[in-house]
Amino acid sequence: MVAIRSTSEAPHPALVATGARVLLSGNDAIARGAWEAGARLAAAYPGTPSTEILETFSLFPGIHAEWSVNEKVAMEVAIGASLAGARALCSMKHVGMNVASDALMTITVAGVAGGLVIAIADDVGLSSSQNEQDSRFWGRFAHVPVLEPADPQEALEMAKFAFELSEAHATPVILRVTTRVCHVKAPVTVGARVERETAGFKRDPERWILSPMNARRQLPLQAERERRLAAVSEATPLNFITPGSDRRLGIVASGAAYLHVRECFPDLPVLKLGLSYPVPLGLVGRFAAGVDELLIVEETEPFVEQAVRAAGIAARGKDVLPRTGELTPDVLRPVVASLLGEPVPPVMLYPAGDTFPRPPTLCAACPHSGIYYVLARLRKKVLISGDIGCYTLGAGPPWNALDTTVAMGSSMGVALGLDKARGDADRSKAIIAVIGDSTFLHMGMQGLLNIVYQQGNITVIILDNRTTAMTGGQDNAGSGRRLHGEDAPRVDFPRLVAALGVRPERIRVVDPYQLPILAKTLREETEFAEPSVVIAQRPCVLSDFYEATPPFRVVDEDCTGCSNCFNVGCPAIHLGRSEQKTLATGTITELRFAVIDPVACTGCGLCARACGPKAIVATAPADGGTTGTAAATRC
Amino acid sequence: MLTSPTLNVFLCGVGGQGVMTAADLIAEAAVAHGFDCKKSEIAGISQRGGVVTSQVRFGPKVLSAVISPGSADLLLAFELAEALRAANYLKPGGIALVNVLRLPPPVVSLGLYRYPEEPLVELRAAGICVYAIDAGGIARELHDLRLVNTVMLGAAAGFLPFPAEDLESLVISRFAVRKPALVAANRRAFAAGRMAADRMRTDG
Repeated sequence: MVAIRSTSEAPHPALVATGARVLLSGNDAIARGAWEAGARLAAAYPGTPSTEILETFSLFPGIHAEWSVNEKVAMEVAIGASLAGARALCSMKHVGMNVASDALMTITVAGVAGGLVIAIADDVGLSSSQNEQDSRFWGRFAHVPVLEPADPQEALEMAKFAFELSEAHATPVILRVTTRVCHVKAPVTVGARVERETAGFKRDPERWILSPMNARRQLPLQAERERRLAAVSEATPLNFITPGSDRRLGIVASGAAYLHVRECFPDLPVLKLGLSYPVPLGLVGRFAAGVDELLIVEETEPFVEQAVRAAGIAARGKDVLPRTGELTPDVLRPVVASLLGEPVPPVMLYPAGDTFPRPPTLCAACPHSGIYYVLARLRKKVLISGDIGCYTLGAGPPWNALDTTVAMGSSMGVALGLDKARGDADRSKAIIAVIGDSTFLHMGMQGLLNIVYQQGNITVIILDNRTTAMTGGQDNAGSGRRLHGEDAPRVDFPRLVAALGVRPERIRVVDPYQLPILAKTLREETEFAEPSVVIAQRPCVLSDFYEATPPFRVVDEDCTGCSNCFNVGCPAIHLGRSEQKTLATGTITELRFAVIDPVACTGCGLCARACGPKAIVATAPADGGTTGTAAATRC
Repeated sequence: MLTSPTLNVFLCGVGGQGVMTAADLIAEAAVAHGFDCKKSEIAGISQRGGVVTSQVRFGPKVLSAVISPGSADLLLAFELAEALRAANYLKPGGIALVNVLRLPPPVVSLGLYRYPEEPLVELRAAGICVYAIDAGGIARELHDLRLVNTVMLGAAAGFLPFPAEDLESLVISRFAVRKPALVAANRRAFAAGRMAADRMRTDG
């Protein structure tokens, strides 16, 4: 697997000179657009599919870019920059906007000084998310305009326009993108940065201090702003009609779905909405008048559709199209054929072969494997409340060692609820919450404080791997480094949890590779009827804090085929051979003999500690490299 | 050489194999050759050893970034079972370039699932034109398993509507920056992949 931090990368294509045409992702293009618009600051918390927006922006000179501890803080940092008169960007995945919403819902009352653009990446199709949300609703909810680019070039241009719009109407602006925009690369022509003087903070307590009195007075101004934006939406060239010869059906589309529509139905008239909130109802009405029937193609909720139908314009939409997932050509073609009363065009398909599922796995030597190996052994005696990160994979085989996962930081509150409301059935169970370092700092600390305050009978395991691993290894307040690698104060987890009120006796620091000690510690802590915290410290194997050691190997003549090492869940351990054996009782059991891929193995020794007959031993580094699976696990 | 107006290349493999990088290189070569292009990937958490697919579409003008099932001109599979999983993306008459490398995931090692016995036989029985490339074997002969991607790109080069040398020089320029020591080995790997595919084409 690609190392998280590489020291000799080629210059990023987003940094090319003005006028160049270069292959950029939608996320790169947003970053470039914000930089060209003169943005001075960007703040974000990593989250797929939004992460690269900030990563790419951080590469430009003369700006401040930061991984904030969570999206709400990122939003507030960007608001502060706007109040200072600078143009500011904050970016997040869709669920991050839920966290940030408190700040948005209030600042929108006062508006902004310097341009404030909020890039929200919706994971349509849930490639890496716990739910699917349509962030355009935040536009309606917060009375702010929503821009929806369809491809990287539009992403760049709309990012720039978003700052203009923001300052022209003193409003935050949402740039709503989806996975199929964020992670599509296409040729993009880049422009020049326009430097802007930062105006400086202008004291205006009646505007910026949002007390009830001040906010009440400004609410009519917010409504007036929204009316002006509705007029902008009717006139902007971002909302435009492509005429078509076949007027039996007219399509209103936005985002990536617009391109799927144009690809499939070149003869149908299309109204593209680039500024989709406020919905340009006048324009939609005129477009509808020129076609027999109107179909609204939008990902994912009927957001435009509901506004259009509420305005009395007849439209088809989610009555025929799916309400979740991408509206790709294979989804659209049969729906449109059916609306036109035409036969569905046949697609000749080779059969996809019947094969095993290949779920994501923890990496070879992942410290989380040690934790889940032990938790799997305690399975019948514990309820395990999980959280968001690589360690959510502990829910899968071979560990099956999670019972719930909800949102960032939820492991704490959910565990306490399981404890305080427990019925007789769960009386004897220990309750464990599992959370990573970055997630704990994002939204877990308050939950632990509450566990302490309520004296919950919970054992919290903090998996401190010194990085935000799932999203590609970003630094955080616990890694000791900032975004550009500068040294930063590193959170001292034992002292932090002690400060939150966990008794020092109940704070244990363990090495997740040391299985017997880890198991003993967890057994002990779950027996105390008070809050306890086990901090498991080992760097992520993909981070540059990790030091690989020589691989291990299986001594075949000592291997009994018990298959216990497979329960570590390490992808470097493979089945060498299997044999059937008839036990004295007459039952037939399968003996499974392991082999270790010497290229993938980085020598953590977890499997050796799980091996009863001690058949797994350390070896010399020159021992191997021939099984051919190196590329699958690291390179 | 493939000749659709818009060429659809579907790449698949396992997280960490470099599928997305290979797709980037094909996209860059297409753009350098003057094509419009869209390259798309949905990876997400699949980077952790899961299924990874990436799609490259190029031609005079490309609108949608998505390759629908039944419409890929070329399937570039970096792993044997993944070729089977993605076979429905190929269009009739499309070509599958398959690395015969088997990477059984933990669920197979655990005995929860079986790895298919003969994926190549299955693919061919479905009527698919399959070029089986032993990219791992070739890389091993060159004493570096990390060359598998370059072998596969070399094998694909002859099917793409731009000079193979353009793709090769893009591959090499990546290494020239990151790991200059690997330039010569990658040149050999690219040539070996190209030769393997060419030989199969000549043999019919």
